[in-house]
Amino acid sequence: MSGFDWIVPVFLTVITAATPLVFAAIGELVSEKSGVLNLGVEGMMLVGAATGFIAVTVTGSYFLGVAAAAFAGAAMALLFGILTLSLMANQVATGLALTLFGVGLSALMGQDFVGVPVDALTKLNIPGLSDIPFLGPILFAQDALVYLSIIMVGVVGWFLYKTKAGLILRAVGDSHDAAHAIGYPVIAIRYLAVLFGGAMSGIGGAYLSLAYTPMWAENMTAGRGWIALALIVFATWKPGLVLLGAYMFGGITILQLHAQAAGLDVPSQFLSMLPYVATIVVLVLISKDQSRIRKHAPACIGRVFHPAA
Amino acid sequence: MSETGGGAPQLELRGITKAYPGCLANDHIDLKIMPGEIHALLGENGAGKSTLVKIIYGVLAADEGDILWEGVPVTIPNPHGARKIGIGMVFQHFSLFEAMTVSENIALGLPGRQNMRSLEKQIIDVSKNYGLPLDPQRQVHTLSVGEKQRIEIVRCLLQNPKLLIMDEPTSVLTPQEAEKMFETLRRLATEGVSILYISHKLDEIRALCHKATILRGGKFINECDPTKETAKTLAEMMIGSSLRAPAHHKAVKGGDVRLKVRNLTVPATTEFGISLKDISFNVKSGEVFGIAGVAGNGQIELLSALSGETRSQAADAVTLDGEYIGWLSPNERRDLGLAFVPEDRLGHGSVPEMTLSENAFLSGYNRMKLISAGFINNISSARYATDIVRKFDVRTPGIFHTANSLSGGNLQKFIVGREILQKPDVIIVAHPTWGVDAGAAAFIHQTLIDLAEKGAAVLVISQDLDELFAISNRIAVISEGRLSAAKSLKEITVEEIGLLMGGTHGTGAPKEASHVA
Repeated sequence: MSGFDWIVPVFLTVITAATPLVFAAIGELVSEKSGVLNLGVEGMMLVGAATGFIAVTVTGSYFLGVAAAAFAGAAMALLFGILTLSLMANQVATGLALTLFGVGLSALMGQDFVGVPVDALTKLNIPGLSDIPFLGPILFAQDALVYLSIIMVGVVGWFLYKTKAGLILRAVGDSHDAAHAIGYPVIAIRYLAVLFGGAMSGIGGAYLSLAYTPMWAENMTAGRGWIALALIVFATWKPGLVLLGAYMFGGITILQLHAQAAGLDVPSQFLSMLPYVATIVVLVLISKDQSRIRKHAPACIGRVFHPAA
Repeated sequence: MSETGGGAPQLELRGITKAYPGCLANDHIDLKIMPGEIHALLGENGAGKSTLVKIIYGVLAADEGDILWEGVPVTIPNPHGARKIGIGMVFQHFSLFEAMTVSENIALGLPGRQNMRSLEKQIIDVSKNYGLPLDPQRQVHTLSVGEKQRIEIVRCLLQNPKLLIMDEPTSVLTPQEAEKMFETLRRLATEGVSILYISHKLDEIRALCHKATILRGGKFINECDPTKETAKTLAEMMIGSSLRAPAHHKAVKGGDVRLKVRNLTVPATTEFGISLKDISFNVKSGEVFGIAGVAGNGQIELLSALSGETRSQAADAVTLDGEYIGWLSPNERRDLGLAFVPEDRLGHGSVPEMTLSENAFLSGYNRMKLISAGFINNISSARYATDIVRKFDVRTPGIFHTANSLSGGNLQKFIVGREILQKPDVIIVAHPTWGVDAGAAAFIHQTLIDLAEKGAAVLVISQDLDELFAISNRIAVISEGRLSAAKSLKEITVEEIGLLMGGTHGTGAPKEASHVA
């Protein structure tokens, strides 16, 4: 038994590493399904992380902290929406700019909070269930956001594929001209999808600064926003696969920490490179099967919609 | 059928006016459609038909004028409002979602929420009832164009419309498919549904419609009974001047073979692509060779194999004036005297974001000598573009406007003009007059015939049989990537071509491929 003691902590850390990715990717997935490519995920996560952290240090309420992070992420997304949907700016360029803006803005907001300690988000403790050996700590003793992230995947999957509103959202992403001709408000639907994506990215960021490493540091997302974006392509825009992929990528991130702790003779730089190498390998493998991508990829992604004529 | 005597019209328009900056798209237009009436709306490109229809369907708001529905003035704020009072529309460019199933597409056009299971049953019922077979579970991108149109019609019918608007519905159908659709429409009319039918095809309108309203330049010109007019008089009302049918040239006397295709086989590149199977034909000097076929049967693939976008496996699969060109690139083929007008105007035929002058340069720089000392000669490029605009009556504010600012028909005139002015030895044109108005279409047809008479070989790929019969010397039909044996115009009828287009070729068919050269 004692030889396998490390398994439970590894599982726990994989879950915490994966949760921010789940939030960011599932939010961006909804945005992309409506046909909007928002490359500002990294920036929205950072602003969410800073805002959430500040709100918690000031108010002491984790609920307010997470709400503030969602709000901040959505505010960033609103800016993106105004630029790309109303002013019809190029989505790729605007998204990149949003990330750069988010890096700077979050650093500015958080400069007085660097090194301030907060308690990590408390883990729920369900008496009885949490005490089950092995499964208990993994399944029944997580913090509330972990459960929320998994619920959100289910909700998004149900919304997109089982409701009329979800069908309309996918329709807007598949052909905005046809949706407009039938009479759906393309721009309004895209605004809502983009705002949802921003809010989820914000919460994903807050998970980093409140639970994963309870502190604020500049640029603390360290590329997770980009991994979330790659994850969506990896999952071929399917919510269930997003969850799976996030846990895989989370696992790779954690592997390096544990490998170092175990004293494996591998350079740490190589291990920290792994998630990105995995992203590239997966993207190449997936791209071989074009038909699979085409079936699920929103055909209008990244295209500006001109409602005239 | 139509009770013109008593009762309020289903729809009445009074003095509808809509102005765009710099143009009056609709100028006090009146229109009256009775219940159960099939009413044609006729006019050239830019006559204001689309604007008028969009106003009826609530996509646009009129600046002035009244809409009366069953005798009562109404405002139609958006398409949802139009559908609510009983107006359905089948679009010219389908408003379908390719990655979704038939039933999902139909659900999107219906108000409120649907139970998918019972919707599928309804779809099957309606489609059986009206002879429009459809499988609700199929993904739309796997369907033929005719089937896609059925989705649109069924989507409208499920809402029990009182007025059905159809925008150029037969432009993508085989003659047989079109005839089937007419039966459906006639049946709907006997059930009291009014139909507003927009089409360029005058024979069709004469066969189907009870009334016709003619628009020209945004103005109401006339209302007439199309069954009492001839195609010629209708066309003249439309364009406001007399129409000259393309003069058919004398029979080609065994000219030299200029374009030769031998056993051309190209495997499909995508899951839903068409592979070309063993295609062989010749086009002679002085000849217009027509290839008929329903869209999506290999026309795009054939054109890219001929233009050089896809290279052939064998160099001798394509021969131009005796030279093997199967391995050459599009530009090398251009230099040898081959010109092409692809099906896709924006993207293949032109670079949408570039100006007309730049687009003229891109295709003609070598043959028109638009390069001096390695640099673009802007003056001669502009002169070339201006020449195209003037000779082919391209309506544009100027040659420094981008290609995507032109309407489809005008861009087509520009692209066809650009290729013809290069005086090619062989020209391959896909859908030369797609979306082009009658006057300009006649001009393009005449130019192609003139080009052939001067010794060029002209290959026309089109699904418009009237067009092919008007200009071709010989016709072959492409279906599922196979080309039928070419027949001269005298030896083939529209019915035979229709059957070949529907795919009655191949092993099972009793009809053997007779070789007529």
